[in-house]
Amino acid sequence: MARMRWPSPRRGLFNAVLRLLLWLSAALTGGLLVAIVCYVCYRGLPGLSWQFLSSAESILQGTAGILPSIFNTLYVIILSLLIVLPLGVGAAVYLTEYARSRRLTAMIEFAAETLAGIPSMIYALVGVILFCTALGLQKTLLAGSLTLAIMTLPTIVRATQESLKTVPKAYREGALGLGAGKWRMIRTVVLPSSVDGIVTGCILAAGRVVGETAVLMYTAGLSTAMQDFSTIQGLMKASGSTLTVALYVYAKERADFAAAFSVATVLLFLTVLINLAASLAGKCLRRG
Amino acid sequence: MKKLAFSLLAGLLLLAACKSGPPPSGLTGTVNTDGSSSMADVMSALQEAFREKEPGVTVNYSGTGSGAGVEAALSGACDIGLSSRRLKSSEKSKGAVAYVVALDAVAVVVHPSNPVRDLTVEQLAEIFAGKISNWQALGGPDAPVAVYGREAGSGTRGAFEEAVGVVDRCVYTNVYGSTGDVIGNISANPNAIGYASLSSVRDGVAAVAVDGVACGEDTVRDGAYRLQRPFLMVASASRPLGEAAQAFLNFAQSEEAAAYITRAGAIAP
Amino acid sequence: MTKRKPAEVSMQILFLLCGLVAVAFVLLITAYLIAAGLPAIRQVGLASFLFGRTWDSTNETDPRFGILPLILTSVYGAAGAIVVGVPIGLLTAIFLAKAAPPRLAGLLRPAVSLLAGIPSVVYGLVGMCVLVPALRAWLNLPAGDSLLAAILVLAVMILPSVIDLSAAALEAVPKEYEEASLALGATEPETWFRVSVPAAKSGIAAAVALGIGRAIGEAMAILMVAGNVANMPSLLRSVRFLTTGIAIEMNYAAPGSLQRQALFSIGLVLFLFIMLINILLSLTVKRGKEV
Repeated sequence: MARMRWPSPRRGLFNAVLRLLLWLSAALTGGLLVAIVCYVCYRGLPGLSWQFLSSAESILQGTAGILPSIFNTLYVIILSLLIVLPLGVGAAVYLTEYARSRRLTAMIEFAAETLAGIPSMIYALVGVILFCTALGLQKTLLAGSLTLAIMTLPTIVRATQESLKTVPKAYREGALGLGAGKWRMIRTVVLPSSVDGIVTGCILAAGRVVGETAVLMYTAGLSTAMQDFSTIQGLMKASGSTLTVALYVYAKERADFAAAFSVATVLLFLTVLINLAASLAGKCLRRG
Repeated sequence: MKKLAFSLLAGLLLLAACKSGPPPSGLTGTVNTDGSSSMADVMSALQEAFREKEPGVTVNYSGTGSGAGVEAALSGACDIGLSSRRLKSSEKSKGAVAYVVALDAVAVVVHPSNPVRDLTVEQLAEIFAGKISNWQALGGPDAPVAVYGREAGSGTRGAFEEAVGVVDRCVYTNVYGSTGDVIGNISANPNAIGYASLSSVRDGVAAVAVDGVACGEDTVRDGAYRLQRPFLMVASASRPLGEAAQAFLNFAQSEEAAAYITRAGAIAP
Repeated sequence: MTKRKPAEVSMQILFLLCGLVAVAFVLLITAYLIAAGLPAIRQVGLASFLFGRTWDSTNETDPRFGILPLILTSVYGAAGAIVVGVPIGLLTAIFLAKAAPPRLAGLLRPAVSLLAGIPSVVYGLVGMCVLVPALRAWLNLPAGDSLLAAILVLAVMILPSVIDLSAAALEAVPKEYEEASLALGATEPETWFRVSVPAAKSGIAAAVALGIGRAIGEAMAILMVAGNVANMPSLLRSVRFLTTGIAIEMNYAAPGSLQRQALFSIGLVLFLFIMLINILLSLTVKRGKEV
């Protein structure tokens, strides 16, 4: 594109100012991220050690440790995904493959959008009334996972739906033409070729779970002790803090900012990992 | 994907199983405790010590608040409630039974750079009711006073306001959700004054003497330090405790536990 | 049409049920919030609940449950976050979509999504340890916890979603518009600001609406920097939002007490706010699609 001649110095100045503003804003955004990451690492890295990552906190020895929180986080991720995955994928399949009625589709999609827009504090309240109290689960990781499953449903639905939409029509027609029933067609053709979307959805949902605090604080408890994951009963009654809640507990309940920043560093690392995984999943699993 | 998730879960379980190891003979089970956030350190110490004694029992602690803890014990939402104030008569009439596991003082804390180290109860009342707003009036530097307090429903707040005589009259600059939060924020603000459980007072903040009596183990035990309260474990009279919960309660009141309670900064009765 | 196998029919029903789960959840949440939120409103009175200026939930002689300060704080907080965050976000989006050299854009994009992924407690922690003491020192306040601190944290937190949506909207503007503008002698910046931005306005409006929703719904980060006293909002004083009002008393409110029920009522009000914004959002998006 040919460089424009500046018709007047005022207009030239105006253009230069606009460009400067764009660059400044972008620099501010990028700079914010760099500043936050650097500051968190600066205060958090010194406290990170193998012992911090691989043991439980000990008041008697005066050492901090976040292994229980790491386990709790993994447990909540896995459990909520196990619950939400069939529901979310099923809903997406219904919307793209079965739904005939436009009104029903619009209603389901509006419901999913609404779920996506509800703030986590509301989910926390609902989790407390519905799962902790009405279903009698008390404050447990199970109750937290159930609440998070509702919360991450739209993420899974949307990601699966996007990917189902890109499955070429010819695949479906081919399978149906060979005499496969609709369910068989979905199982053997449609779902396998939309794995990328499902995996991306799972990663995004895991990201939301890792970042969530309010819901888990009120539905899953604050304990930093090691939970018993070896029996069914232990799994049902396990109650404790995930990493974000542990950060909150260290920063706010214990005023142990060194440990809080160390947890924050771990969380930043996890966030980077999840973002990388999401973009890689999108790239590697995409067919063709 | 599901298979992957399952194998991950299985791996996690295996790891956890290896980590905790099979319990030797003795009790198994889970004891959920809920209540005062001021008792966090004491509870962590007791939990840890009890785990060595009874590895089969998992003791969970959720620091919520004294009122909620007592209610949870009464409603069966948890096994043992924790209260950092005396039971109200309404709670007793609903069948709450209290066991004293420790004594604690409500320490009045300021930033270490603040030269004010001794306040009278009357001065405290004026500060917390918002009548004194500059440290100069108390012999300190020319700086505004930031009054930090606890959330409505907190046992510490109840104990402090009652002892100083400012119930429902406090004008707080900020309120925080837990004892540690008050300490953390005071350690970051030279203008601040607040109250917190003695067991949580640590480096980074300074406790001031009240009416010339320093806040310490001896002055609390002999009653000279006025702002004090008990740490209670609360059970419901109508609901017998499970074996594991009873064992934990007995342990918390034992001579053996007293050493751990002291190490956690509270005062064994 | 041949008779379908029972397996086919049952799978179809199963998928339909999965689809209806989302609808069921929304209805369930609405029903529970109304059921849990109404009793306190009825007891306190709608007017004195919504327009009462004092929140003093545990006063033993005269408890007050007025949430006007909470509502206003949430509104001002969201407005402030929009005023601070949207210009920066929009300019960054224009930069990203139009002005950035491709390699720089390739760096900035993941940075923005990382910014979006950072857990809110981390923002709260940094705000609490950096922003709050800094505000206290600069403005010579008793304490730095304030509406201003919350607004700044919220502005940073809505930035990624504003950037993301606006950039997507700007990229969707047909190339012909811009080429025509350039051919008529407009410079590149003029084209971006006078042609591309107006053409993408419904997408940008959606971005702003999403930002408002985020700002009103955020709890943990602002719980750590706002001071949490239910004052009528003022920029440099401690304030309490709808969300933090629930968060801070939730653990202390005894089950069955009026205090706890009132917290659920706050939840109901918050829910209605969010629903209103969601409906506005879906209307703007729909209108954008039709144009």
